[in-house]
Amino acid sequence: MRRFLLFFTVLLVGFVFIGRLFYLQVYNTETYSIDDDNAIRKVFHYPKRGYVFDRNGKLLVANQPSYDVMVIPREVESLDTLEFCSLLRIDKADFIKSYDRAYRYSPRLPSVFLAHLSKEDYAVLSEKMRKFHGFYIQKRSLRDYQTSIGANVLGFIAEVNTGQIEKDPYYRMGDLIGKQGIELSYESEMRGTKGVKYIQKDRFNRDLGPYKEGQHDITPVPGKDIYVTIDADLQEYGERLMQKKRGGIVAIEPATGEILALVSAPTYNPNLLVGRERSRNYTRLYNDTISRPLIDRGLLRMHEPGSPFKALIALTALQEGAIDENTSITCRHGYVYGRNNRKMGCHCGGGLRKLNNGISKSCNAYFANAFRKTIEKYDDAHQAMDIWSDHIKSFGLGNFLGYDLAIGKKGNIPDGSYYDKWYPDFKWGATTIISNAIGQGEVLVTPIQLANMTAAIANRGYYYTPHIIKTIQGTTIDEKYTTKNMTSIDREHFDPVVQGLYDVYNKGTASFLRVPGIEICGKTGTAENFTKIDSVRTQLTDHSIFIAFAPKDNPKIAMAVFVENGYYGARWAGRIASLMIEKYIKGEVSLKQMERMVLEKSLEEEYMKPYSGEPFKINQ
Amino acid sequence: MSLGRSKSLRLDWISILLFFLLVGFGYLNILSASSSGEITSYFDLTKPYGKQLVFIIFSLVLIVLILAIEAKFYERFASVIYLLALISLVGLFIFGKNVNGATSWYAFGGMTIQPSEFAKCATALAVAKYISDLQTNILEINHQLRTLLIIVVPAFLILLQNDAGSTLVYAAFFFVFFREGIPKLYLLIALGIAIVGISTLKFGLITTGIVAVVLTFTLYYLIQKKRRRILQPITIAILSVIFAAGVQFFYSSILQPHQQDRISVWLRLEKDPEKLEAMKRDISYNLHESEKAISSGGLSGKGFMEGTRTIGQFVPEQHTDYIFSTVGEEWGFFGSTMVVVLFVLLIIRIIFRAENQKSQFSRVYGYAVASILFVHFLINIGMVMGLIPTIGIPLPFFSYGGSSLWGFTILLFIFIKLDANRLNEW
Repeated sequence: MRRFLLFFTVLLVGFVFIGRLFYLQVYNTETYSIDDDNAIRKVFHYPKRGYVFDRNGKLLVANQPSYDVMVIPREVESLDTLEFCSLLRIDKADFIKSYDRAYRYSPRLPSVFLAHLSKEDYAVLSEKMRKFHGFYIQKRSLRDYQTSIGANVLGFIAEVNTGQIEKDPYYRMGDLIGKQGIELSYESEMRGTKGVKYIQKDRFNRDLGPYKEGQHDITPVPGKDIYVTIDADLQEYGERLMQKKRGGIVAIEPATGEILALVSAPTYNPNLLVGRERSRNYTRLYNDTISRPLIDRGLLRMHEPGSPFKALIALTALQEGAIDENTSITCRHGYVYGRNNRKMGCHCGGGLRKLNNGISKSCNAYFANAFRKTIEKYDDAHQAMDIWSDHIKSFGLGNFLGYDLAIGKKGNIPDGSYYDKWYPDFKWGATTIISNAIGQGEVLVTPIQLANMTAAIANRGYYYTPHIIKTIQGTTIDEKYTTKNMTSIDREHFDPVVQGLYDVYNKGTASFLRVPGIEICGKTGTAENFTKIDSVRTQLTDHSIFIAFAPKDNPKIAMAVFVENGYYGARWAGRIASLMIEKYIKGEVSLKQMERMVLEKSLEEEYMKPYSGEPFKINQ
Repeated sequence: MSLGRSKSLRLDWISILLFFLLVGFGYLNILSASSSGEITSYFDLTKPYGKQLVFIIFSLVLIVLILAIEAKFYERFASVIYLLALISLVGLFIFGKNVNGATSWYAFGGMTIQPSEFAKCATALAVAKYISDLQTNILEINHQLRTLLIIVVPAFLILLQNDAGSTLVYAAFFFVFFREGIPKLYLLIALGIAIVGISTLKFGLITTGIVAVVLTFTLYYLIQKKRRRILQPITIAILSVIFAAGVQFFYSSILQPHQQDRISVWLRLEKDPEKLEAMKRDISYNLHESEKAISSGGLSGKGFMEGTRTIGQFVPEQHTDYIFSTVGEEWGFFGSTMVVVLFVLLIIRIIFRAENQKSQFSRVYGYAVASILFVHFLINIGMVMGLIPTIGIPLPFFSYGGSSLWGFTILLFIFIKLDANRLNEW
């Protein structure tokens, strides 16, 4: 036994050592990565973020340099906090707060210690930075907006959050990422690829030169410039027209599906969300829960379509053979239906209605009849409703349109099973759901869906998926934006409907909105709406809705305008549509009086009514 | 069987091969650790790697000299060599040069010599000589004390020079004595002391005391069938508690703060994460950096002269005591394991050769060589990997330094000479 004590001790120690080596080198470590090596300084070079131009080549968004103080907590050594704080112009409490936040995120990864230094602070600080181990200055590029419009389209960039970092290892704390609008949709194209230089350090934090002659370095790749389909002048004009009102305008070029204008009101100046004030301004905008400027009403505001929906009622009825152009009905200020002789009112003035003047006068009775005939053509209401629903959905309603902005709503187009759920014990039929005939039932749309529907009518039967991207430097845009989506309505049924829409301007509800020299087709719409005040359902002033396209043949623009509580369709939405169309097609506006009227009109008083706490009148 | 072979062929070529592998690999790592990736001339004497190459060449001369000398010389002159070593150690108090707080160096012009590196070898010779003397009986307490004196004198002198690490190496002789027949009780006592000591530091005096008492009596009742000698377990229990109290007192009142911190880091006594973080930056900075360098090497290492932490000189003293961290970083798990295996093979080889000796002198000396190499190996690599507290002693054949390299070369090759001569016994 005496012979073996040393022998076995040596063996034991040998095994323990190999075990320890295994623990340190194999078990305990992720594979060695140069990025985690704190003997290597990583210098990031952020490339130019792609510029944004409008469809006519007007620069909308450029860049400006910004300097962040970064910290790697575990590399921080005792420092003259007082001097450091006075250089950064912060107090000790801020210092501790920022440091703790960085440490909580990660002791070994860089975090933003102080964002967006002023140029003066940067100049002073950059000289002295080497004294403060673990801190360095990172140059980034912030957005520099050349315009004050289109905030909802352009979106904004902001620091990545930890969730995004976990999802995509490209991003590091402090990196900027597109959060909304095209900045979000085209993030990967516009951001480019950041460059990295690896520099060998010694333990005194001094640079020894490039690590391995820079063979691991990554050259930055600049982001791509993008051209958006927005016409900046039209967009700007639309935003001005919507001043002091709430709602949205969506204008689409029918021949391509390009979005010419996407106005949401109220909006904000995109420059508010840049730099040091970004988060304060964002919070302020976010907390405005009454006017909600951050909500893109053009994409997110679901509402009943109102009378413009009658165009689709007509088209489906024609397609199903339920009516023809000459089907007539005599309107007696309403439509009487059902067992209890319920009556749907009509304001068209009454008289003999055919398709053409049914549309142009917006006769409720005519479309109630058309819708009823469409449904009752089939023995089974469920089946009929499914067929009807499919026709309507082929116009891009009732589902996400697939445009290249990240937000949207599906809207709602009811089908057979939808009503089966509503009326489980009741044999529902056309008259049960007759409100759909005038766009007031269970149908819900967003302004962009309405605009797209208008484009499909303007095209007489097809549409291109609306999109905001025109070209990306050096690449083609997604194929889905250049592929026709056919509606299920035959080409020949569109002519009488388009003629009806034309006559809305010519001799119908929008005849006072005519623009000299442009043949506009349009349709007014008015949607009743309700809110709850102290849990009492209270009716508010109707929403003003309008769809239009022009010219009648070879249309260049199709649009939908939605003005919250703007009363009847032609009142504000119609005026705005006419002005927009003239502006776009002629380049300037001749209807000066109408323009002045719209610009000066404020609906703020209307919007304050439900909050006033007093009884109020509507639809004045 | 090997009677017919010529003298040179009786050399133990396996040990010699292992020696050269270790020295050669050590040199490569010193080259990496001290060059920062740039080498102008391999003989650049302003740089450690240049000097080390000279040291290695000179050690070859030493090897030739050692092998040329008659084997009996070492036994006959063991006492003289031992005395000379003691004189050289005493001389340090007058002529010594202070480096890093330890007065263990003679300076000759640009050269420095550390006599404690050679004293180990001299002590090994003296111990071998005394134990192998026909009149010595290791079982007599009187002779045990004399043997102890042989190692305590140089150890004490070295301790006075403030080189605690080198002092500790003399504990290696315990393995020698045990092999030569000291009572097994000593081994139990040594183990008991180690366990009670560490346990007191880690778990505190009261816990250790209670566990020791309970354990002693439990064992007593399990093993002892006649319950007459009740005094024995009582004595053991009391001694354990007294010893534990002594350790507690020693730790808190006699050890200097930096030594306390080393133990605290080793046994992970500090629980407060902030203080631990601060300790990592200050007192255990070396250890922290060396562990990081080793673990950053991963399975296969970053490659020769490619270690980022080595190039950036993150590990202080990397070419001397912390040379193993370079191995870990640049050669990875494979390279480090190879070094461990080489050491284990060399030590085991020496043990086998020692057991084969006919003369007791050669066997004791061989055991001493194996034990000394082992203790260095254990303490150095254990320290660099954070398994034992920070104790600064070199890794044999590997660490930079002339005295250390020559000391170990002499130590090893005297045994190789004795071994080669084993069949020419008188």
